Amino acid sequence: MPLNLLQKLEILAEAAKYDASCVSSGGDKRKAGKGLGSVTGQSICHAFTPDGRCVSLLKILLTNFCKYDCIYCVSRRSSNVRRARFKVDEVVQLTLDLYRRNCIEGLFLSSGIARSADETMADLVRVARTLRQEHAFRGYIHLKTIPGASSELLDEAGLYADRLSMNVEMPAEAALEELAPEKSATEIKQGLARTRVKIEASSERTRAGRARPPRFAPAGQSTQMVVGADSSSDRDILRASAGLYASYALERVYYSAFSPTGHASASLPARPTPLMREHRLYQADWLLRFYGFTLPEIEEALPGGMLDLSIDPKLAWALTHRDLFPVDINRASREMLLRVPGLGTRAVDGIIAARKHASLRLAELKRLTNSVARVRPFITTPDWRPRALLDDAHLKDRLAPKPQQLSLALS
Amino acid sequence: MLMVSLPADCDEEGFRAAARQCLARNLPPEQIAFTDEQTGSLFDTLETNVPESGVQVHVPRRFLTLLSKVLCHRAPDRFSLLYRLLWRIRKGEHNVLNRIADADVQQAERYAKAVDKDVYRMHAYVRFSEREIDGARVFVAWHEPQHFILNRAASFFVDRFSNMDWLICTPIGTIAWRDQKLDFGPAEARPASAGDAVLDELWTAYYRTTFNPARLRVNAMTAQMPKRHWPTMPETAFIPEMVHQAQNRIKAMEERAPDARPRFADVLAERMRRAEPVVSHPDSFEAMRNEIHSCRECPLHGPATQAVSGEGPLDASVMFVGEQPGDQEDLSGRPFVGPAGQLFDRALAEIGIERKKTYVTNAVKHFKFEPRGKRRVHSKPSAGEVSACRFWLDREIRTVSPKLIVALGATAILGLTGRSMAVTKERGRILDLNGCSLLVTVHPSYLLRLPNPDAAEAEYQRFLQDLSLAKRWYEAA
Repeated sequence: MPLNLLQKLEILAEAAKYDASCVSSGGDKRKAGKGLGSVTGQSICHAFTPDGRCVSLLKILLTNFCKYDCIYCVSRRSSNVRRARFKVDEVVQLTLDLYRRNCIEGLFLSSGIARSADETMADLVRVARTLRQEHAFRGYIHLKTIPGASSELLDEAGLYADRLSMNVEMPAEAALEELAPEKSATEIKQGLARTRVKIEASSERTRAGRARPPRFAPAGQSTQMVVGADSSSDRDILRASAGLYASYALERVYYSAFSPTGHASASLPARPTPLMREHRLYQADWLLRFYGFTLPEIEEALPGGMLDLSIDPKLAWALTHRDLFPVDINRASREMLLRVPGLGTRAVDGIIAARKHASLRLAELKRLTNSVARVRPFITTPDWRPRALLDDAHLKDRLAPKPQQLSLALS
Repeated sequence: MLMVSLPADCDEEGFRAAARQCLARNLPPEQIAFTDEQTGSLFDTLETNVPESGVQVHVPRRFLTLLSKVLCHRAPDRFSLLYRLLWRIRKGEHNVLNRIADADVQQAERYAKAVDKDVYRMHAYVRFSEREIDGARVFVAWHEPQHFILNRAASFFVDRFSNMDWLICTPIGTIAWRDQKLDFGPAEARPASAGDAVLDELWTAYYRTTFNPARLRVNAMTAQMPKRHWPTMPETAFIPEMVHQAQNRIKAMEERAPDARPRFADVLAERMRRAEPVVSHPDSFEAMRNEIHSCRECPLHGPATQAVSGEGPLDASVMFVGEQPGDQEDLSGRPFVGPAGQLFDRALAEIGIERKKTYVTNAVKHFKFEPRGKRRVHSKPSAGEVSACRFWLDREIRTVSPKLIVALGATAILGLTGRSMAVTKERGRILDLNGCSLLVTVHPSYLLRLPNPDAAEAEYQRFLQDLSLAKRWYEAA
């Protein structure tokens, strides 16, 4: 019996959910006009699932038939999972129907590779083209691009999509060769390179008299690495990320903790990666991109190449650099304030704005940050000095979050 | 004490009118009690207007933005808070909003933030179901905002759904969009729910499926999607069941034996093996390019996008050898296309050498760089890396067998000769390289790095002289 739409949706949403990205941020702001939909520039989460993750886009595969055998992937050819294939019009209708009910910001479409890279990419492009041209859909579209697909198809995808992404999957080429033997790291990097070149060309300032280049993936590109399926250390992962950010103008590198799918391969047991590892990697990634940390500095706080799961990487770094603290909240540079454990970029901006008008004491600082207890050992204010606290051998234990009973109940 | 009564959903105009009256009487904040309850007056009520001459208060634009948000908040003290701030501004604290740590400013910012969040949640959590009303297709929703935000939230729906008719009902009023017109109406009773197949089946199915039970974090969900919104969102009815079953699902997954390979897996594997590309003649140039692409002799292939092999006719009389690909070359896979390549092209054109008749390559085939945020900074290849790559350079030379090789810079010399030589000492004359002629000159990127324009121009002229010598030599040979 052929599958109905509901069954296909269940199979193809199940297959797509291991992609971590679900944001709809960035890009051109636009309104519906005579069409349907808008992009506000803000990523709206229309719901949250009990895993705490945001549901912003309809995230599905076009098909989970796949000729590849990437052993971490639920859709690999040797998996016994149920298979389905959407027709182009079914995806288009589903997207429009859910969009009109205000359930989603748009579509995040990916696909297994049933036949060739080009045929798969052409199908993805056809969905996006139909939405844009036949239905004047002006909501968000995120397309996954297929490594090895022709550059013409990639170029067309960028005309319809707000964001493009291609997953590097593994932090190292050797791991990719082992776990995804039919994928080519070079093809993946060539795809990311092509997209970067196109994005940069379309955002170049136009010279007088020249036609404006067509918009190309205005919300940029992103990529994802599976964490914990191979033996790469956090150091390997962060080095790979730094290289990727420098090379391909990526908006984001997503880290996806390997998690059991119910269809484990014999060569990769269903052993989940701790979610805390993923979380710490994101924190380190943020330190590199927004807090002025360099890769060698982060690496100093990686004993054995791994991030400390019990404390965040900034605190880990600060504990090994106690000589740089305490810092004077009222005088320290922005760069130094950003290095104080417990102060985020917003708190730092708040401190800098507020201290122009009055000297900040602990009471005011309390209003600007939500974790003054964590900050205190590393700062001074006119009414506070940490004294011996900073030399305390047990400082790490005092500051590490208390292990909590995982909340499962819906109290 | 003066009692000022304002409507609960008081707009900016209303508040500003009342505030002007109070200021005209020079009433300090502690002598006014604002209320949004239409109860009998406990104190004097502000009834008669007094002339407002001289009560123009110049407020910063930021205050107006803050005011419009705080007014939407439900807190009973919002009016007195705003009046207090207004009073302080009037009494000379023009920059009061910059005092982020000030208690009043903090409170106002907190209210504004809560209003923003409520607006965001309305944008996010309204769920339309499709109805037929008077023969027209209308999308209807029931939503329960916390604050008086209907005015602030409406434009989002207009911008997004302007080509459909819709109606959002709330306990504090309705917003309707019909025939391209926006209407705000009084509160109506919650519309009786009628089924909507897309919302009730497809959407809830999607919501249940996209949840990963291995990542259960209930608190993270409720922090973002407070329970008070659940009654108006159909998918949330499944949450208790999803949470309840998560652990059992994970246990079942972990205990499940690995999958047996389905039959088509082997068929596909066989088909893929047969579809492997036919290798071109092992000695061909194409074969060499493919081999260069899969070279793993040094670690540079890891971070680089791709190997960049030489380019040009295989019977070229002259071969130019540079250092290594740069950022642009790494992205496009072609040698000498970045800034240095463009300078190189310009110089060739001035001398009258056609680039497409030359063979252009590099001593090292992969880009070596240091990541610096969103940029890559070129780093010099080590002697070991140059040496590992000599294998490919030698093969290129054997394939092309040019009359003359031009080494651009020190790394090219090292790659060609295996020895370090000073460019300045050797440039300007033809040397011998295992029976082939060799000319040494600088790398064009050196010319780009010279800070002094006069020096750069002089060096560029010397570069042209070297190229010109190269042209004379290989044309005569």
